[in-house]
Amino acid sequence: MRNTNLVNDPVTFHLGKRKGSLQEKIVGFIFFLCASVSIVTTIAIIGTLLIQSIPFFQEVGIWEFISGDRWSPILKPRAYGVLPLVFGTSLVAFLSLLVAVPVGLLLAIFLSEYSPKRLRSILKPMLEILAGIPTVVYGYFALTYVTPQLQKIFPDLMVFNALSAGLVMGLMITPMVSSLSEDAMTAVPQSLRNAAYALGATKREVATKVVVPAATSGIVASFLLSFSRAIGETMLVTIAAGATPKMTLNPLESIQTMTAYIVQLALGETPHGSLEYNTIFAVGLLLFIFTLVINLVGHFLVQHWKEAI
Amino acid sequence: MIGKHFEEKYDLAPHSRGRRVSRRVKSIIFYLLLLIAISLSLTGLLSLIVEIGREGLPWLSWHFLTEFPSRFAEKAGMKSAIMGTVWVISFTALIIIPVGIGAAFYLEEYAKKNLLSKIIEVNISNLAGVPSIVYGLLGLSVFVYYMGLGRSVLAGALTLSLLVLPVVIVVSREAIRTVPESHKQAAYALGANRFQVVYKVILPQAIAGIMTGTILALSRAIGEAAPMIAISALVYLTFVPTSPLDRFSVMPIQIFNWISRPQDDFRGLAAAGIIVLLITLVIMNALAIYIRNRTQVRLEE
Repeated sequence: MRNTNLVNDPVTFHLGKRKGSLQEKIVGFIFFLCASVSIVTTIAIIGTLLIQSIPFFQEVGIWEFISGDRWSPILKPRAYGVLPLVFGTSLVAFLSLLVAVPVGLLLAIFLSEYSPKRLRSILKPMLEILAGIPTVVYGYFALTYVTPQLQKIFPDLMVFNALSAGLVMGLMITPMVSSLSEDAMTAVPQSLRNAAYALGATKREVATKVVVPAATSGIVASFLLSFSRAIGETMLVTIAAGATPKMTLNPLESIQTMTAYIVQLALGETPHGSLEYNTIFAVGLLLFIFTLVINLVGHFLVQHWKEAI
Repeated sequence: MIGKHFEEKYDLAPHSRGRRVSRRVKSIIFYLLLLIAISLSLTGLLSLIVEIGREGLPWLSWHFLTEFPSRFAEKAGMKSAIMGTVWVISFTALIIIPVGIGAAFYLEEYAKKNLLSKIIEVNISNLAGVPSIVYGLLGLSVFVYYMGLGRSVLAGALTLSLLVLPVVIVVSREAIRTVPESHKQAAYALGANRFQVVYKVILPQAIAGIMTGTILALSRAIGEAAPMIAISALVYLTFVPTSPLDRFSVMPIQIFNWISRPQDDFRGLAAAGIIVLLITLVIMNALAIYIRNRTQVRLEE
């Protein structure tokens, strides 16, 4: 934080007021309006999702929506149980964490504890490239390259499947895990490392038994924020994971995620105001709640480690 | 606390030879694991680039950039998608630059440290974590239907603006914070009012950082497909928008359209489209880095 705050400083504040007071007020108000766009956006998101999904919930009922195990809003016999979409979403997200957590964490340890400066200045931009590639590109990569490769290992792998989407998503969110974890590790005071070295610890012992435990809350936060990113990721799963809502934990099968369902319906130009149209807002609302809760916990943990250090 | 932790973990008595060796072996194994992690992620990146180059380069030609999409792969191009992206991103820039800078100045220079500014801050960091498809739903129901903009360039640009605004605000605030307090104090001492300080002292010094952040935000917007599909839906366009209220396609939508066709030729077109998209992003990022480096040199002088 800044050490002097001009706004609350009586002398400058007074000067500011005396000179062009009206102009000051107008400009201040315009800037305030700009900042309030973010609040309005949040209200609009929540408002839209609620208002548009109410007609759906009036017809279907919340309980049937969150507990039903069959999702078929377009084809008859219709069913509106969201659990298959939740299963599909979680399956892909967990698969992606299976890749991103170990790889991202090891990368973070390397960058923060082991890497020479030169190598770091090459690796970091590489990871930033990985993070900056549009998700539609990852979708292409999963469908046309990773799936055929995997089919050599698993002959009964479907063309659209959760495994390939999950693995590629792992590649996609690895930079997020590594950069957030690295921030937390770099923030661990050097004195802790020095103390451990003085006691005769090896580099590995310092990294895994001092730095990682001291940075735990930041590292867990990086997992949570990446998990929430994986849940909300859309194009990759739309392209590579399929459009078959299914209650399965078998990663070789075609599934459908919440996000992929929204895209599928949006592509079809469904009549505005119909029940099908409103389903995407109900699914969107659930998706929003999931990611919001995970993000809030994640941000809380980040705040926690920043204050602890 | 650390000391106790260590006494428990390590036998501090002179080590036996076996223990010393096992610790060294563990170190080596761990180092190998680190190298595996690095090579895995780099292999992923490399095979992605190689695969796309291999599939897409044969399809890349001048005619691919200047023709409209077609049912026949040999004739197809992405002109409407490229021009659509130019339209949408231009309008997005027109919206996010003033609003982002205004919000950043409010939070850094105008806001009193009260509950309201705290709420705005927490809110911005939460907005950055909302999935992009949710912004698509917002745009669809508010801009397309409620405000009656239809599936237009303007509706797309407004949606993308809301999506990347948190990025612009965060980066702009960082840029504003780098302006030395002494410069502001000097201006105030000369009798400048707050707006004069903002406009004549802070903005000129922070503008490079703000532009860098804006370009990075726009390059994120260029790659967004999900919210654009929610807004635009139609993915097959053979005209270029001529007004902000026209329908549009963008590069990621066109690429998605080609990917979802079963014929192999269209896969090649998709890869070619991806190359065009990635080159655009590389150029924008290079521009951002160029601006950042140039101003850093100037400040050091």
